[in-house]
Amino acid sequence: MSGEHNKITASGRIEIVKQKARPNVVDYISRIFDDFIEFRGDRAFGDDQAILGGIARLGDIPVTVIGHHKGKNTQENIDFNFAMAHPEGYRKALRLMKQAEKFHRPIICFVDTPGAYCGIGAEERGQGEAIAKSLQVMMALETPVITIVTGEGGSGGALGLAVANKVYMLENAVYSVISPKGFASILWKDATREKEAAELLKMTAQDLYDAHIIEGIIPEPEEGAHKDVKQMCKNIEAVLRQDLAELTGISGQELAQLRYEKFRHMGVFLER
Amino acid sequence: MLIDLFKKTRYISVDLDYNERQKELGPLVVCPFCKKSMRAKEYEQRLHQCQHCGKYGRLNPEQRLAITVDEGSFQLMNENVYTTNPLDFKGYEEKIAVLQEKTGCTEAVTTGVGTILGEKTCIAVMNSEFLMASMGSVVGERLTRLFEYATEERLPVIIFCASGGARMHEGILSLMQMAKVSGAAGKHSQAGLLYITVLTDPTTGGVTASFAMLGDVILAEKNATIGFAGRRVIEGTIGTELPKDFQTAEFVEKHGFVDKVVSRQELKEVLAKILKLHRLEAGN
Repeated sequence: MSGEHNKITASGRIEIVKQKARPNVVDYISRIFDDFIEFRGDRAFGDDQAILGGIARLGDIPVTVIGHHKGKNTQENIDFNFAMAHPEGYRKALRLMKQAEKFHRPIICFVDTPGAYCGIGAEERGQGEAIAKSLQVMMALETPVITIVTGEGGSGGALGLAVANKVYMLENAVYSVISPKGFASILWKDATREKEAAELLKMTAQDLYDAHIIEGIIPEPEEGAHKDVKQMCKNIEAVLRQDLAELTGISGQELAQLRYEKFRHMGVFLER
Repeated sequence: MLIDLFKKTRYISVDLDYNERQKELGPLVVCPFCKKSMRAKEYEQRLHQCQHCGKYGRLNPEQRLAITVDEGSFQLMNENVYTTNPLDFKGYEEKIAVLQEKTGCTEAVTTGVGTILGEKTCIAVMNSEFLMASMGSVVGERLTRLFEYATEERLPVIIFCASGGARMHEGILSLMQMAKVSGAAGKHSQAGLLYITVLTDPTTGGVTASFAMLGDVILAEKNATIGFAGRRVIEGTIGTELPKDFQTAEFVEKHGFVDKVVSRQELKEVLAKILKLHRLEAGN
């Protein structure tokens, strides 16, 4: 990461990752993997296009790939609900993860969502239950799980695909418990203090790396991933290949245990 | 005749013992929902259920434990874990100190072990008086330790859930508690042990989206608000007003996410019954 780039504020990075030109999950899948086949539906209610999933190949290794799906234009954004998933999206993702576990395929998740959708249908169909189940089941998966936060890591909606052995963030990605606007309006009763909140929340890749929440930061091309998508994908692929070489040598049970222990130690408190 | 009106003598009764009698009846409380008043003593006897509108007032851990566990059986645990200020959020430590003073609790969850009609179980009670029972590092750590203890000792776990969600003051660490506690509940479950959640008013946000919805048995108190997103957030998103019964215990039960809606009066017995049935099944 260049020194100049390090100086970008959290708000500046939010602007970068919210740009229309920012690569989406399809850009990454098509350049990093071969033979991708999309698998749809949660086998219960429907197919939520806010989350895209399927199987593919990374070199010689068959993998399951799942990611939040942001649109490239207005129509796509309407179709994909701006990557804000309903419960059936998380249930589809979980179905594909259990399938991956059965066939000993590593799972690779791409996170880029403002958050899980807030609406009537989402509540009726158990948004809370769907995310809760994702967290618990992901934690115990006996197969390697790698998550890359590529843009917006919006709270529980992001975490629902991020209980992984290795979590990375792209250099400009953000990941937070609440949006800066939400934080400012709830805690300060003043939504205009959004920028101040963004800094305070410590939501940049560097912040999360320093707090030992993520394993690493994947560098972006100068001015952001959209400036050189090919190079961006190369950087991601290098990380994935290295990790898969390491993780595929570990037993399933041990992978689940390592993942649990990692999250077990998250939290800052004092002890008398 | 008009003059008769002025002649008429009117009597009013003056109760000279009024103040005395009021004192004997004790102080009044006002229902937080219908705003009607009633005697505090009676309200307490009715387990904080309003005699006018029938709604339940929120209980703090002390009140909840008093009506749930066998007298003298509860042993506090994990009180040595306490809050710090990871984001250097201005005024956070002071806020915690004030709340500790006000509530007599050290954090937003009280954990321990006790018996319910003789059935031994680990218990956690979340405290809506303490920053709306939001989950930060301490709540996450205490609950995780409770699950670990229960797994080790082969005990069931009951969590009385209530929460506004993740504690924003602690940033991303709060979000990670959702994964941590869900994972610990998973380990407890893998060991074949029973986990019951009781959803009380209000159970929302990151707590709904983690351990609250992971019970083997999920009970909910009548009328409790249960949901993922806040009502106002949803109204803001969809641009219309929501029906009154939206996100109530009954609504969530109807949609299949709660095993049973229970009254506060029957809750203790229902819990004991479930605990007992699982004890028999396990053959202990």
